[in-house]
Amino acid sequence: MIPISFNYKKASSVDEALSLMTDDAKILGGGHSLIPALKLRLNSVDTLIDISKIENIKGINDNAQSVTVGGGATHASIASNSALAKAAPMMAEAAHTIGDRQVRNMGTIGGSIAHADPAADWPAVLLASDANVVIKNKTGQREVDIDQFFTGFYETALADGEIITAIRIPKTAYNANSVYEKFKQPASRFAIVGIAAAAEMDGNVVKALRIGVTGLAEVAFRPMEVEKELIGKELTEANIDAALGTIANGVSVMGDHYASEKYRTHLAKVYTKRALLRLK
Amino acid sequence: MKNKISVNVNGKQYEGEVEGRELLVNFLREHLSLTGTHIGCDTSSCGACTIHLNGHAVKSCTVLAVQADGAEVTTVEGLATNGELHPIQEGFKEEHGLQCGFCTPGMMMTAVDLLKSNANPTEHEIRDALEGNFCRCTGYHNIVKSIQYAAKKMNGATA
Repeated sequence: MIPISFNYKKASSVDEALSLMTDDAKILGGGHSLIPALKLRLNSVDTLIDISKIENIKGINDNAQSVTVGGGATHASIASNSALAKAAPMMAEAAHTIGDRQVRNMGTIGGSIAHADPAADWPAVLLASDANVVIKNKTGQREVDIDQFFTGFYETALADGEIITAIRIPKTAYNANSVYEKFKQPASRFAIVGIAAAAEMDGNVVKALRIGVTGLAEVAFRPMEVEKELIGKELTEANIDAALGTIANGVSVMGDHYASEKYRTHLAKVYTKRALLRLK
Repeated sequence: MKNKISVNVNGKQYEGEVEGRELLVNFLREHLSLTGTHIGCDTSSCGACTIHLNGHAVKSCTVLAVQADGAEVTTVEGLATNGELHPIQEGFKEEHGLQCGFCTPGMMMTAVDLLKSNANPTEHEIRDALEGNFCRCTGYHNIVKSIQYAAKKMNGATA
């Protein structure tokens, strides 16, 4: 399968990529969402601007307050990064479950969240981590709180002509104690349900808790009522079961030939429980 | 619009002109006649088109030829040196790691990528690394044995 013809432009810097942007252009990161869509002709572009050769957006930097992950960092580089393994172990755990070895060598975190597939792994993890998305445009740079980033089905707060240059993961007690649990679609490895959970504990009691859910609804989300219900409590099976009833409150649950709405909701509860029981 | 590219494939420099939409696997097979890299599912699922791009295993059906401009590519044709089989090729021969052979080039390229980062993988790690390579003869057991053979050989032990 071959895409419809397009112009290809290679950018050597983010500024150059921004200057090349037009209304009908798209950004090529790792290309592992966009190229399949172009090949299947679900999508077409007039111009493809390749940012995969821009070295300074590929790194992962360990700072005092946060770990900054370049928008062009591959899933493989995140899976093997020691700073992230310590600051937010759910990052490495989730990275290792994306696609397969070859896909992880090409696909990037910036490309994944810009695409915002409702079954992708990063949205859940980044919601749980309270990340900030660093975005560049022709007039400068802005940061978007992850809670405001995913706005709908394949929709984000990213405006036309903007590029994700980095994602900041704060170094917090809850991120240092975080896990990712996923029920994989057996062929694609996308999440039928994926749960990221991060908790700060005070002894056996939850002091702070963030949960990210992907795959269940049209857009990844935080089940705020579940989070709130468990603050000040021990993560026992009984307490978790009592809190999980509200997990799908206020969201539009997806159903398809892999998993019905009812089954997906059930899976979300099972996998959230598994994730929470692993937190120490 | 054509784009000029310069790619090092199996140690040899190639210049070419490709359309932006041309896939790397087509460039290898049709421009360079390196047909060892196979097109299977054409949707980045099956792994038959696996090659190394700058030393990492990737699926060449989901990479544009223009993206390989300035890069080093290794295909299955580049594994043997001076007519001597690479240990992974020897492993597939000795352990009967193939039946129809369609998936074999991709299997071997993924296996070499694994052995570069993990010289002594467990059986579980081998199976985990192969999750993006499908064998429809269901010969996975012997493929795992072939990779274990190569790991032993590359670590200097007598196989």
